[in-house]
Amino acid sequence: MNENIHVSSSPHIRSKVTTSSIMFLVIIALLPATIFGIYNFGIRALVHVFVTVAASVLTEYVFEKGMKRPITIKDGSAALTGLLLALNLPSTAPWWIGLIGGVFAILVVKQLFGGLGQNFMNPALGARCFLLISFTSIMTNFPQIGNSSATPLAALKAGEAVNTRDMLLGFTSGTIGETSAIALLIGAIILLWFGVIDIVIPGLYILTFVIFISLFGGHGFDPYFITAHLCGGGLMLGAWFMATDYVTSPITPKGKIIFGILLGILTGLFRLFGSAAEGVSYAIIIGNVIVPIIDKYTIPRAFGKKKEKKGGAKS
Amino acid sequence: MKLVTFRGGVHPPDGKHWAKEKPIQTVLPKGDLAFLLSQHIGAPAKAVVNVGDRVLKGQMIAEAGGFVSSPVFSSVSGTVKAFGQRYNAVGAKVQAIIVENDEQYDEVEYPPVKPLEEMSREEVIKVIADSGVVGMGGAGFPTHVKLSPKEPDKIEYIIANCAECEPYITADYRRMLEMPEEIIAGLKVVLSLFDHAEGLLAVENNKPDCIKILQDLVKDEERIRVVPLKTKYPQGSERQLIYATTGRMINSSMLPADAGCIVDNVETLIAINNAVNHGRPVTERLMTVTGRAIANPANLIVPIGMNQTELIEFCGGFKETPEKIISGGPMMGFALFTTDTPVTKTSSCLLCRIHDPIADMPASACINCGRCVEACPSLLVPSKLADYANQHRPRHFQEWNGLECVECGCCSYVCPAKRHLKQSIASYKKSVIAMNRAQAQKQAEEAKKLEESKKAAEAKKEGGDEK
Repeated sequence: MNENIHVSSSPHIRSKVTTSSIMFLVIIALLPATIFGIYNFGIRALVHVFVTVAASVLTEYVFEKGMKRPITIKDGSAALTGLLLALNLPSTAPWWIGLIGGVFAILVVKQLFGGLGQNFMNPALGARCFLLISFTSIMTNFPQIGNSSATPLAALKAGEAVNTRDMLLGFTSGTIGETSAIALLIGAIILLWFGVIDIVIPGLYILTFVIFISLFGGHGFDPYFITAHLCGGGLMLGAWFMATDYVTSPITPKGKIIFGILLGILTGLFRLFGSAAEGVSYAIIIGNVIVPIIDKYTIPRAFGKKKEKKGGAKS
Repeated sequence: MKLVTFRGGVHPPDGKHWAKEKPIQTVLPKGDLAFLLSQHIGAPAKAVVNVGDRVLKGQMIAEAGGFVSSPVFSSVSGTVKAFGQRYNAVGAKVQAIIVENDEQYDEVEYPPVKPLEEMSREEVIKVIADSGVVGMGGAGFPTHVKLSPKEPDKIEYIIANCAECEPYITADYRRMLEMPEEIIAGLKVVLSLFDHAEGLLAVENNKPDCIKILQDLVKDEERIRVVPLKTKYPQGSERQLIYATTGRMINSSMLPADAGCIVDNVETLIAINNAVNHGRPVTERLMTVTGRAIANPANLIVPIGMNQTELIEFCGGFKETPEKIISGGPMMGFALFTTDTPVTKTSSCLLCRIHDPIADMPASACINCGRCVEACPSLLVPSKLADYANQHRPRHFQEWNGLECVECGCCSYVCPAKRHLKQSIASYKKSVIAMNRAQAQKQAEEAKKLEESKKAAEAKKEGGDEK
């Protein structure tokens, strides 16, 4: 008899999907937007991608080494955070902005809360908002693309006309990765195709947002206005890549529905009535923070369980 | 073909090709046999033989230890050698009767069989009970108990569980291919007990040949039809099967009979047919011995009590060193640390794998991806339940319906972080059930004490009044 026969609890087989294969797929899905961003904004964009990814991965490595924890940089989550952060920076920002952002994202938002799976807000978005508040002028100084250095959303808010075709393709100003709706949608299709994300959150997010701006935007159901809002700013990047972040979105089926609708309303609210033109980052971050409450009140009814008044947490 | 199914579930690689084409063979043991006294749910059986007694094949050697219990029969002729302890599939040592095999296979003379039409309901159930029939799909619940619901008139469906959704196992498949008449005969026996019931042969559509054979056989039967199921694990799980075939739902505190259903798997129906129509008790069962490590994978009619080491030898031994040996299928089976363990009424498969993938997959942090939620056929949130289990938080565990887990293992199977979700949940579920039971007992005792002290106080008071 083999002395080294293994004994473990069932099941004795596992699917091939791993954490790193998921992270790798998300990175692949972000490549169209990344490549377009580098094409649109030039070599500075590439430098940002390099700096933020390196800063994120290194911070994770150094922190885990220092804390004598297992090194988890191979799971790809830190690299993904870095890439997402780069796509959220304006190409005109100095290189050290990415460095500070990457360190903040991994150290403060992710590792200090316990590392992968424990952070309560999306690390890349947390870092972006941190930078936005600390270095407002740097973070809102966008390069000139075509004949305007204003982002389409800012122009829209100021009552100027925008070119929706350029916005769809991405030949506009904005952060590195947010301008091309087409490139982001290609990525979204990759994620949906491989089952990495579910349509519920981004679908409801976008749908609710469209309804909200149709009702309160002052333009009614105006395709031009709606297209401009959908393709402008960080909505596509946020809805498909950040709102769907597993760790910081609800796990219950009902919770996902609530989360998607909530983000749509918050984004509409911030964009239409806030002082800034953009609101996606703050909407998602606020959504992130209330995820534990959403989960707590949306415990799914188990198979075969009758509806009961007690309802767990509701009592 | 209209297919029915349930929500959730997974599609593991099925591995059935190893033994699918192997016709059923009978194997005769050479060495000693060990008959576990507890190979069913309920009270252990009580030995009725003594050391030195000669026993025959088909002779009862242990009687039922209560209503929820089942007798054990010798599967060979020989001499009772000893009463000892043997490991069962889950690695516990349990009482066993050891019989030295004389290789004569002398069989007892079975009493004449009464035709089914002439038997009363009670007689049929008694024959099934006295023949040692238990749920042979793996649970081992005594079949006569299952067939005695409180209100037999309310049973509307008898579901023959022919799903065989566990990967690698092909025993039910071979039964359906080679002896479908016996399955149907067994189903008819059960149907004879319930006048208002319809018989459903529920088969997964990865076995189209079986569906065809069964459909041809029952096309003139008024009360039996074949229900093709979508191939998905755990389609053969009782609750999921009832839902797929009838649309009814039961939870952990209900029995299938509460939804008007009785579910019996293929091997159990064969045993019922043998018992009622042929007067033969349970002395053997069909097992699949399979996996890459086995020289000649096979589907074997194995005498109960046979040593599984001998079984492997019969299949040509190991062609490669196995890294893991599983009693049952890869999703819900038990990893054995030794093959020196006897076949029981619930042994469906012996799976010998040369590589254990679990060993290469250390668990990492949960990323909250929700794949376990999508896969859970009980519609639970396994990642949260596993957290609550690991943190020992019984209230949260129950609030999130942890007690509804059917332990199918889908959550662990899909988890990209390779967490041992099912293991955490299943073991904590047992603790919580035990805790609840202890608490209920304590409360009952306290209530009793309070009652007594009240009575005592009243008696005293009355006594005082009299003074």
